[in-house]
Amino acid sequence: MIPIPAINLGSILPALILCAAGLVVLAVGLFVRRGAVTVAALISLVGIVLAFMTNSPLRALNAEAFSGLVAADSFCWFLNILILIAVGLTVLISAKYLADEGMALPEYFVLLLFCAAGMMFMVSGNHILVIFIGLETLSISVYVLAGIHPAIPRSQESALKYLLLGAFSSGLFLYGAALLYGSAGSLALPALAKYFQAGSTSLMAKAGMGLLLIGFGFKVAAVPFHMWTPDVYEGAPTPITAFMSVGVKAAAFAAFVRVFFDSLAALQVNWSQILWVLALVTMILGNLAALVQDNIKRMLAYSSIAHAGYILVGMVAGHTEGTSALLYYLLAYTFTNMGAFGVVALVGRKGEANNMIDDYRGLAKLHPLLAVTMAIFLFSLAGVPPTAGFVGKFTIFSAAVKEGYVGLVIVGVLTSAISVYYYFRVVMKMYMEAPATEPQALHFGPAVVVGLLIAAVGVLYIGIFPITYLDLAAKSVMPLF
Amino acid sequence: MVTLHHYLVVSAALFALGVIGVMIRRNLIVVLMCLELMLNAVNLSFVAFSHYLGSLEGQVFVLFVMVVAAAEVAVGLAIAVAVFRQKGSIDVNDVNLMKW
Repeated sequence: MIPIPAINLGSILPALILCAAGLVVLAVGLFVRRGAVTVAALISLVGIVLAFMTNSPLRALNAEAFSGLVAADSFCWFLNILILIAVGLTVLISAKYLADEGMALPEYFVLLLFCAAGMMFMVSGNHILVIFIGLETLSISVYVLAGIHPAIPRSQESALKYLLLGAFSSGLFLYGAALLYGSAGSLALPALAKYFQAGSTSLMAKAGMGLLLIGFGFKVAAVPFHMWTPDVYEGAPTPITAFMSVGVKAAAFAAFVRVFFDSLAALQVNWSQILWVLALVTMILGNLAALVQDNIKRMLAYSSIAHAGYILVGMVAGHTEGTSALLYYLLAYTFTNMGAFGVVALVGRKGEANNMIDDYRGLAKLHPLLAVTMAIFLFSLAGVPPTAGFVGKFTIFSAAVKEGYVGLVIVGVLTSAISVYYYFRVVMKMYMEAPATEPQALHFGPAVVVGLLIAAVGVLYIGIFPITYLDLAAKSVMPLF
Repeated sequence: MVTLHHYLVVSAALFALGVIGVMIRRNLIVVLMCLELMLNAVNLSFVAFSHYLGSLEGQVFVLFVMVVAAAEVAVGLAIAVAVFRQKGSIDVNDVNLMKW
């Protein structure tokens, strides 16, 4: 008789629930004709809430499941929460967007849920194989989602560019995995850690590490692997851009951190130097390119590249301080960027016709509350207290200073000073200028209002009372060290 | 005698061909083929290592890579069809509404 290995479904229950919710939406979409989008959004929200509830046991579990393929620990608990917040806010923003654009596509939510499930597998992967499958599940769903808008040619173009560069980076990632496998004889993260701790560092293993680093660099949009980001973010439907900029980045950073701190820790001297350079050029180039953008989605795309640079500073700093600051930053960034793109999706109106920064002229006069929320998100992106973005930057930079990376921090502070210019440009347009022509009225829906409210409250709350969340983040990275 | 070394060299050469193809070819279908070539070069490495190390892990990995590659190319071709319907061309250079 073949022995059946221990299967602990509880350790992947949140991801399973999201998959099940996706299948239910798929089935319901076949039968419901009118109001399919609303029904699909409601089922998705129910699935997300259920996943949220089943996620909490993972925190204390701290175990390996499926013969060590999956790690169910507080690290994946924290990231799962982050992913669920991102996908939940995306669903809230999307329902109205889809209705306005006349896209009666329940499949949209199916792909969104599958994508979130893929992210969860990626953050809990304790084996390169699981991380790879999670990565591809999320990537393939996002390729389709980016091109899902039938009426905007840019949408298909963005899907095409994302697919080509995404598949290319997966190829590099895989080749790196193959070289590591050839050196270490296994791709389980603990086995890799053991191999490198033994002091054996062949050239092949180092090349493998480099290729993995490039693969992750593409996914987190670090310079010089960022070329796809502005085009893809500009062309994709705005709620999907929000989800990509937050969810994909968080999942990729989580897997990046787990692989590099857990299994390649012995090579930290090597890779932290590379990351130092990447962080430096990413912060500089992202912020400088954002200065000259006229399209707000493109501006936010370059801003998200710049933020990847700040997060990389957290990785360079390393240890518990750096990585927990990184997790807090990802949480702050989730609320902030989801909110900012949510406002962009609203202001864009039908066919995304109003995506220029000039379209924000006089928004404060027409919709004072919307302008205030947008201003909160922009302040947080710029890192102005008392928002979450400020605390995030502060903790990352202080962790880096503690580790002696003063030069990197100086560049970080200078570039975030530059970033104030392009974020405040939007604020100035909203408050200081008059609307050029009489714009079409904005249609708010209850879901969007709730979504933006959650994001704005989140940004302010974790910014004003950060201690609890910093503490949670610090406890969550414990399994890695 | 064919050693591990030979397999690795062939695999690296195929991978390099794939990378160069993605960079210089402009026909979308050919670019997708080059991406497949990259993935299959990796598969060759995995199988060679797996045989050499006497562990099955690499071969299992290859099966998963094949599934993923199939899914990826299916989505890729679907997007290619969507782009072709819009522009009447599958030249990558014609996909230029946004500057790179």
